[in-house]
Amino acid sequence: MDIAPNRYGFFTDTSICIGCKACEVACKEWNDVPDDGFVFRATSYDNTGSLGANTWRHVAFIEQQRPVGQADGRGQVGGQDQGEGPAGGPGPDSIERWLMSSDVCKHCTHAACLDVCPTGALFRTEFGTVVVQEDICNGCGYCVPACPYGVIDRRERDGRAWKCTMCYDRQLGGLEPACAKACPTDSIQFGPLDELRLRAEERVERLHEEGRPEARLYGASPDDGVGGDGAFFLLLDEPEVYGLPPDPVVTTRDLPAMWRWAGGAAVSLVGAMAVSFLSERLVGRIAAHDRSLGRRR
Amino acid sequence: MREDAMVPEAEFRSYYGQPVIKAPVWHEPHMPVYLYLGGLSGAASVMAAMAGLTGRDRLALTARVTAAVGATAGAALLAAELGRPERFLNMLRVFKLTSPMSVGSWILAAHSGLTTIAAASAVAAALPSAAAKVVAVLPAASAPVRALPTAGDAATLAIAVTGPLMATYTAVLLADTAVPAWHEAHRELPFLFAGSALASAGAMGMLATPRVEAGPARAVAALGAVMETAAGAVMERRLGLVGEPYRLGRAGRLMRAARVLTAGGGLLATVAGRSRTLSAISGLALTAGSLCIRFGALEAGRLSAADPKYTVVPQRRRLEAGNPASVPERP
Ligand code: SF4
Ligand code: SF4
Repeated sequence: MDIAPNRYGFFTDTSICIGCKACEVACKEWNDVPDDGFVFRATSYDNTGSLGANTWRHVAFIEQQRPVGQADGRGQVGGQDQGEGPAGGPGPDSIERWLMSSDVCKHCTHAACLDVCPTGALFRTEFGTVVVQEDICNGCGYCVPACPYGVIDRRERDGRAWKCTMCYDRQLGGLEPACAKACPTDSIQFGPLDELRLRAEERVERLHEEGRPEARLYGASPDDGVGGDGAFFLLLDEPEVYGLPPDPVVTTRDLPAMWRWAGGAAVSLVGAMAVSFLSERLVGRIAAHDRSLGRRR
Repeated sequence: MREDAMVPEAEFRSYYGQPVIKAPVWHEPHMPVYLYLGGLSGAASVMAAMAGLTGRDRLALTARVTAAVGATAGAALLAAELGRPERFLNMLRVFKLTSPMSVGSWILAAHSGLTTIAAASAVAAALPSAAAKVVAVLPAASAPVRALPTAGDAATLAIAVTGPLMATYTAVLLADTAVPAWHEAHRELPFLFAGSALASAGAMGMLATPRVEAGPARAVAALGAVMETAAGAVMERRLGLVGEPYRLGRAGRLMRAARVLTAGGGLLATVAGRSRTLSAISGLALTAGSLCIRFGALEAGRLSAADPKYTVVPQRRRLEAGNPASVPERP
């Protein structure tokens, strides 16, 4: 689907991410995003946890132990089932690996947040990205549970919704977004979306040739449940391992059916009401009939 | 039904057990009470119209006032949820069919205006001396007061249309999110809410109308209880794993309480014509049941968003069945 003649996007290649968090910091700096408070999660080196109103780039850290020689990506994930090995931990036959991935708003082709916003605060820019206008958002919070990726969130301090703008202001000035600029390994790449998609496919092929069959693209296909993401990823394991939904769908896809079912329920409500009033009259008439019979008897 | 709760622990992977989607940020009690009031007002509107048409003036008065109070109090709660009242007006900047919140705001605005007119005319008719006093103090009010009966009857016909929408759109509001327990329930939720709306409006009719005239209200309450109970049962059965949050923790307790209160209140309604006490107990039980349903549904949504299992497992199953989601071309 053509949502902008010049659609720009992010390609995040997690295979070269070193987890330095330069993107998180650069984003906060440029966009003046407030502090989340100091949280120590004690699960991994991740201390931001997830995307939110005050975290527009989030680096996930996944520590895995996998038996040597098993490279199919079916390793274990912290918190779920640590250790597939006999001792349940790192043994002589297992290696450790780190998966790091910088997550961000996907700038979906079919964006649920944009569809459901009742004020028009969320809009599609000329770069094909999805941006919230903070002076229009009235904080209804509807976009929050609508996003199938759990990205956008309401900031309790001002009651409005916030998320990544793909540095709309910088793009207007011909600059690349702050996170991409700051990334020292080029794990985050910014550019015209079709160009990025070609580059990403080449990269996956190369990794496959190098004996890393687990490399895969996520969100790159325009045929997926959200019509393809403006920000897509190269992953080294299943999406859910990174906290991403394996097969997201734009929430509003089923909306016509929803209105139909609600219509059916509304008609039933009127029907039940009519039956209640008519039945009473019927019952009343039968009673009157009985009474008159009784009198006659 | 108990065995259903013993679904084997689904095997799935996640990022340190963290949620994939964001839970709804709506506040309690604002949002669930708003859902209740919207339903109450919606169903009461239809009751007002039918009571008027069948010449039951006391029931019509009760229903018109209930509809107006429900809609206005609901609107006030919604404004409170948004933080600042003028934010509600902001909602009416645009009309967006893809946003149930936008459609709902327009329904609410139209409905609450109309219910106010309908109620004002009914109250003026019931208290002619008060209406005369208003005119005496404010001569300018005489024209509107004279026009009230006609306007009120027209408004009552109109709220018979906006009412059913008011009572059911809130189900779409919940279902049109990525929250699995709501989204997947988009077929049954409207019937659950419509049934609950009928039960609560019937309850008000029973509580505030003399028993001789409240016959239809009792029937409405009983039918509503049946619709709500049936929709709830079908929903939990059909949803399987995704419906689990409706049975767990606080959500489960609220849903079970709602079931008992609604079924009990509905049964009582069928015999409540005989005694004022029975009417009162039935009406209160149905009202409590209707409130519990809304609090329970909201809580189930929160649970289902907080556990990544409900998001990941169904999607994973879809993928493994070779049936990934795709979005066809849309307008
Ligand atoms: S990822 Fe979520 S917030 Fe970002 S565009 Fe898509 S629906 Fe909107
Ligand atoms: S919170 Fe703001 S951006 Fe989100 S749906 Fe409501 S008005 Fe739109």
